[in-house]
Amino acid sequence: MTPAAPAERLRVRLTVNGETVEREIEARRSLADLLRDDLGLTGTHVGCEHGACGACTVLVDGRSARSCLLLAVQLEGARVTTIEGLTPSDGLSPLQEAFRTCHAMQCGFCTPGMIVASTELLAATPAPDEAAIREALAGNLCMCTGYVNIVRAVIRVAAPGGRP
Amino acid sequence: MKPAPFRYARPATAAEAVALLASSPGEAKLLAGGQSLVPLLNMRLVRPAVLVDLNGARELERIEPAPRGGLVLGALVRHADLAAAPAVRERAPLLAEAARHVGHPAIRNRGTLGGSLAHADPAAELPAALLALDATLGLLGPRGMRRIAVADFFRGLLATALAEDELLAEVAVPAAPRGWGFGEIARRPGDFALAGVAAALDADGHARVVGFGVADRPVRLRAAEALAAAALRDETMPARAGTAAASDCAPAGDVHASAAYRRHLATVLTEDALRAAVGRLGS
Repeated sequence: MTPAAPAERLRVRLTVNGETVEREIEARRSLADLLRDDLGLTGTHVGCEHGACGACTVLVDGRSARSCLLLAVQLEGARVTTIEGLTPSDGLSPLQEAFRTCHAMQCGFCTPGMIVASTELLAATPAPDEAAIREALAGNLCMCTGYVNIVRAVIRVAAPGGRP
Repeated sequence: MKPAPFRYARPATAAEAVALLASSPGEAKLLAGGQSLVPLLNMRLVRPAVLVDLNGARELERIEPAPRGGLVLGALVRHADLAAAPAVRERAPLLAEAARHVGHPAIRNRGTLGGSLAHADPAAELPAALLALDATLGLLGPRGMRRIAVADFFRGLLATALAEDELLAEVAVPAAPRGWGFGEIARRPGDFALAGVAAALDADGHARVVGFGVADRPVRLRAAEALAAAALRDETMPARAGTAAASDCAPAGDVHASAAYRRHLATVLTEDALRAAVGRLGS
């Protein structure tokens, strides 16, 4: 096989929030840029662009991933879920509602990544303790809250009777 | 912060990937999980002409039991899968525990065993665990597969024995001793360790104790190993082995921790790891 030339645009077909998407893109285009600039899904935030901040976290085939560290062409056939896909059409999810109730955000930049990472945690561990929540969210940086209210929000939906 | 343009190839097999490396001598980079390489691409610290994406080579994802209690692992095994796979947890629990400490969940979902080894960060967990387990690596090149002990693979800071035309294809882990211990100290869960220790100990007292984050590569803490056999009978020995471990460490000091503090951590972690190993042998 011959590698595609640098400026060549490659075709990629994937599912984003349940909808099939097909685009021709440069190989160097990140998934984060595809989502934001090509698809207009600006809920995925781009902070550091080198995998340190966690703001751009999305779900790929149900597992969390940094969308700034994936090339969009790698997502051929994949199923991507962004914060828009986790948000009901008629309001907020229980996890989002808990973030609001607990004042778990200030500037809101990290919030989409926090919600995505928490969603993965709660899917695997419906009733995590505080230590497990802090460990699961350690890769998502928040410069405002000091994390206390974020942890509270996740505990709130993880509690008996709560649901993500 | 975007990568410089590159040509992109997604081979379906490891052999095809090796052929691509051969057709672009010195100009190609292999992409596995991308958790170290893509940041370097984004910062343009690395500007390959060709990026060979290994993720289509499904043969590299295998986790297989080997005869006599060992394991064969493909280079594309993700950290999350290494930590969770029943075969790894049963046959090499030290390796599963080390994998649990790599990065954050989103990083463990993508990052790979082969990528961690080939990147050769001296503070990385998996190289140290595999050195403690005396693993052998399979490097696939144009002339076939060559085998190399992990001990001979690491050559220094981010430097390995991997040639430009080779791909790290598989990791063979021999049957692991029943005694093991693992510990690291990091500022936050998921950060690179300031220092860490992985130890494997068999019932005869043969030990392989490895420090990471304490030199330019993972290092055997041989003075501590020499005291490990006595640790089976004498409960004061792990502490003495910990003290001895410092002599095999040559840590660098930086903004995160001084050299003296890293050496101190190595002594404490060696003691803890040996106590854990002795405990597991006794249980």
